[in-house]
Amino acid sequence: MSVEFSFLLVQALSGLASASSLFIIASGLTLVFGVTRIVNFAHGSFYMLGAYMAVTIVPWLLQIERSPTLFFAGVLISAAVVGVLGVAMEILLLRRIYKVPELFQLLATFGVVLMVQDAVLHIWGPLDIAGPRAPGLRHGVMILDQRFPAYELFLIAAGPVVLGLLWLLMHKTRFGILLRAATRDREMVGALGVNQALLFTGTLFLGAFLAGLGGALQIPRVSASAQMDLAIITEAFVVTVIGGMGSIGGAFLAALLIGQLQAFGVLIFPKITLVLVFLLMALVLVVKPWGLLGRPEAAPPSAMPEGIASPGRFCVFEKLLVALALLVAAMLPLFGDAYAVKVATEVLIFGLAAFSLNFLVGNGGIVSFGHAAYFGLGAYASGLLVTKLGMPMEPALIVAPLASGFFAALFGFFIVRLQGIYLAMLTLAFAQIAYAVCFQWVEVTGGDNGIVGVWPAPWAASRIVYHYLVLVVAVLGIIALRHVIYAPFGASLRAARDSAARAEAIGIDVRAHRWLGFTIAGAAAGLAGGLYAFSKGSIDPTLLGIPLSVDFLAMILLGGMQSVVGPVLGAAAFHSIKDVFMPLTDHWRFLLGASIIALVLIFPRGLGGAYASLRARFTGGAP
Amino acid sequence: MADKVLEVEALRAGYGPAEILFGVSLKLARGEVAALMGRNGAGKSTTLKAIMGLLPPRAGQVRFAGQEISGMPAFRIARLGLGYVPEDRRIFTDLTVAENLEVGRRAARGHAAWTPERLFEIFPNLAAMRGRRAAAMSGGEQQMLAIARTLMGNPDAVLLDEPSEGLAPVILELMAEAVLSMKREGIAVLLSEQNFDFAAAVADRAYVIERGEIRYDGSMAALEADPALRAQHLTL
Amino acid sequence: MTLLAVEALNKKFGGVVAARDVSFSLAAGEMLAMIGPNGAGKSTSFNMVGGQLRPDSGRVLLEGQDITGLPPRAICRLGVGRSFQVAQTFLSMSVLENLQMALIAYAQRTRDMIARAEALFRAEALELLDQLGMADAAARPMNTLAYGDVKRVELAIALAGKPRLLLMDEPTAGMAPGERAALMRLVAGIARRAAIGVLFTEHDMDAVFAHADRILVLVRGEIIAAGTPEEVRANPEVQRVYLGTSGLRAALRARAAAHG
Repeated sequence: MSVEFSFLLVQALSGLASASSLFIIASGLTLVFGVTRIVNFAHGSFYMLGAYMAVTIVPWLLQIERSPTLFFAGVLISAAVVGVLGVAMEILLLRRIYKVPELFQLLATFGVVLMVQDAVLHIWGPLDIAGPRAPGLRHGVMILDQRFPAYELFLIAAGPVVLGLLWLLMHKTRFGILLRAATRDREMVGALGVNQALLFTGTLFLGAFLAGLGGALQIPRVSASAQMDLAIITEAFVVTVIGGMGSIGGAFLAALLIGQLQAFGVLIFPKITLVLVFLLMALVLVVKPWGLLGRPEAAPPSAMPEGIASPGRFCVFEKLLVALALLVAAMLPLFGDAYAVKVATEVLIFGLAAFSLNFLVGNGGIVSFGHAAYFGLGAYASGLLVTKLGMPMEPALIVAPLASGFFAALFGFFIVRLQGIYLAMLTLAFAQIAYAVCFQWVEVTGGDNGIVGVWPAPWAASRIVYHYLVLVVAVLGIIALRHVIYAPFGASLRAARDSAARAEAIGIDVRAHRWLGFTIAGAAAGLAGGLYAFSKGSIDPTLLGIPLSVDFLAMILLGGMQSVVGPVLGAAAFHSIKDVFMPLTDHWRFLLGASIIALVLIFPRGLGGAYASLRARFTGGAP
Repeated sequence: MADKVLEVEALRAGYGPAEILFGVSLKLARGEVAALMGRNGAGKSTTLKAIMGLLPPRAGQVRFAGQEISGMPAFRIARLGLGYVPEDRRIFTDLTVAENLEVGRRAARGHAAWTPERLFEIFPNLAAMRGRRAAAMSGGEQQMLAIARTLMGNPDAVLLDEPSEGLAPVILELMAEAVLSMKREGIAVLLSEQNFDFAAAVADRAYVIERGEIRYDGSMAALEADPALRAQHLTL
Repeated sequence: MTLLAVEALNKKFGGVVAARDVSFSLAAGEMLAMIGPNGAGKSTSFNMVGGQLRPDSGRVLLEGQDITGLPPRAICRLGVGRSFQVAQTFLSMSVLENLQMALIAYAQRTRDMIARAEALFRAEALELLDQLGMADAAARPMNTLAYGDVKRVELAIALAGKPRLLLMDEPTAGMAPGERAALMRLVAGIARRAAIGVLFTEHDMDAVFAHADRILVLVRGEIIAAGTPEEVRANPEVQRVYLGTSGLRAALRARAAAHG
């Protein structure tokens, strides 16, 4: 054996240290979910804020005296400040969205993520800030013949200590008992005279405190940076999902598993540890669809589903509108400048992508939080074939939807086995796998920088000709998908969404249909991605990232997910607005986040919904 | 009227587009047990939920201890002294018996407070299970725990939704005794019931609800004594 | 002849026995009711026949073919229609579209991406609705119907698959008394005309005694009695555990008197 035992031991110990950190963060996320049923994207932002607070507060305290006491006092103060921010978020936002569909909740908390990112950049600036090391824990400890940092040993102990304190809190205090009761049945707790609002506020304090604590404890190991939030939130999601959402013990187990998997995975597959983690999640969910220690969510009561109802036909006026829109898109190169043509091309591409997402979400009730993965995979397929293999544009554009369809079928096989929030989390996880591969496989994908030189065929090289190519392909794609929505297959997806039990009882293989639907939507997004690669001339990992997935969701939300063509409208509005406002301000993320939240709070049925009520008022028909 | 602890007038409620209650009116005097009878789907549970604020009333008034409570959130209504025991018990199954009681605990207003010890006198079965997880209890034991949990809030009146449902005859007797003990303690009880015998054994007053409207309103004794009246309202 | 034969089904949830050696059979055109207190295991037995639950042991035979543990969709294709305790329909669709969907599924055309769903099987769907007296409501959105009508549409959906066996879990639950009798008459008429076997659970004794050919009584997962309505009514064991509670009343009176 060439691998020494002591080396393995140290590796296992550093796995335990990461597990501890991960658990402290994830315990807050799972706690908040258990009580409020909201999956809080902003939990990663609280973690980041904890780190920034600590790199601000702790050095200031250490100036007084370099003592371990002051260091940890600073860490706790930072966590408490973040806890108060959690309270603010509960009172200002969460309180208003406890009853809206989960997709809207996810989007609203993502709006907070965007706002916090800009706020952090504004307050602390774009540079990473390194924190002080912990006084008294700066040395190394010899373990067998290996040096191991004392601070890591401290972290190993911190996880179980937090677990123990949480256990005491949950079992020995009235607040904890109420929290556990509310995790099972919120309404009943209210009927027994407990003010849920206070309970929820308290939960958010505790959840945000734990996230802040996790962040503050990291400062001797990693610098505070504005990218910490999204990196940690996916890991925390994975931990809570594997452990079973709402289960603190489950989160601890899952964190241990993942810590060890990462520590040893790095030795065997240094490049794809992230992939291993997500594969573990997929495997766990296939065997235990509610996580290790989670419990099945009660089936939602039969309520009118959010999404497309019986799709209507266009009336004459609407046909005219559609014709007008097509005419504008077709004539644009004649009167618009190059910039307008570029924006119009992108609107068409995003229109197809958003339409394909609403095919899933609005028509199939399958909430995908990682639709950009299939868009990006299509873009990468085309881009790599053209640049690496010298394939012409035309066949590369045909491969794009095939490649994305293939991956959608592969990932979808696992995804459609799940329901609700677990399903959404798995779509996110698979999207992050795809993102990680494109980001880390530098030799092939060019890593972070991506690949340039993805140009269309010579005949389509001009912006205007390419615009017409996109117009034809995207419009045909949308028409084809729209046709499927009206066809028996589209109706079957709606049927399975309305009542899976009824659909099974009339002979529909619900899982197989959802799988096929997922594959088709992925392929269509891939086609859009391929078109996008050639229009931009380059590909990079942001095309698969969470922010783009959220953009797509915002588009269908803006357009109205209960409307068949609304998402195209939403894509046009969203992309144009973003294009106009982004260059005008340094704080476009803040604006975007605020707009998403406003959309969820005051305009939840989107433009399509507003139009439908208008139409109902004039025709007297049902909306 | 001062002796009425609960007064419901022309209450309307429903779920989504479905209307369930079409103007329900009823009264409950202090220390009185009233039974709200009717078939599945007649609107019994909906009436209790609407009174408790778990389902927003669409019209009508609900007064509790002289105060208008319709439109209030459930926790405020509970704090005024109205207890609620739901149809399917809704015990916190992860919690122990003692913890379930703790969730229901609220300070008493004036009279002697219920304590777990006093409750165990009424529900002797529970005493031995204080530390047991509620998930491991039988249906009858859970029902008792559900009532005990509500009593921990020291209510002046309790809404009891189908207390006899699914219980073995032996347990039914205990349950009926529990209702009568509550009455002796001066607690008014409005219970919804499909089991006429159970209702007749505990209630002073009877209401029969059908399709969301009250069809009979009178003394339980009169309903019990008159088979024709009973057949008209409750085909048992 | 025997349409459905259930042999010694057993099912436990955790430590709780939900079904113990449940055996019975059902002939074509027969109405078989399953009654018992809540928690007696009616829905469990029912769901093991319908494929929603897999039994721990035992067999379910449909016309001699073993269907134990098959998924619901496979059991449906073999000619078993069902209605649920809380009606399951497609709420976002119109009444007619619900029926068209069921017919599309019966024709195994749910993967068809070419045809327009709204043009398929209209006449057949209307005919089914007409049979149930719901033709006037064809265009109405499902979520605007009264619950009794939702139950009728659900029955129509179940009939769209031309079943040989109909499983109905509390078919009249939540309906007004007048509607209940009408629905049961309708079911009985269709069952006898088309020789469909009907297995139903029910709390409403009027519905049971008026329409069942035979009755099974379940208590704590076991069948304690089976027979014609007259036999079951006369069975003292059934009297004791389910129908009559006169013993209870006497006991309560005595205690109430003792307490003053």
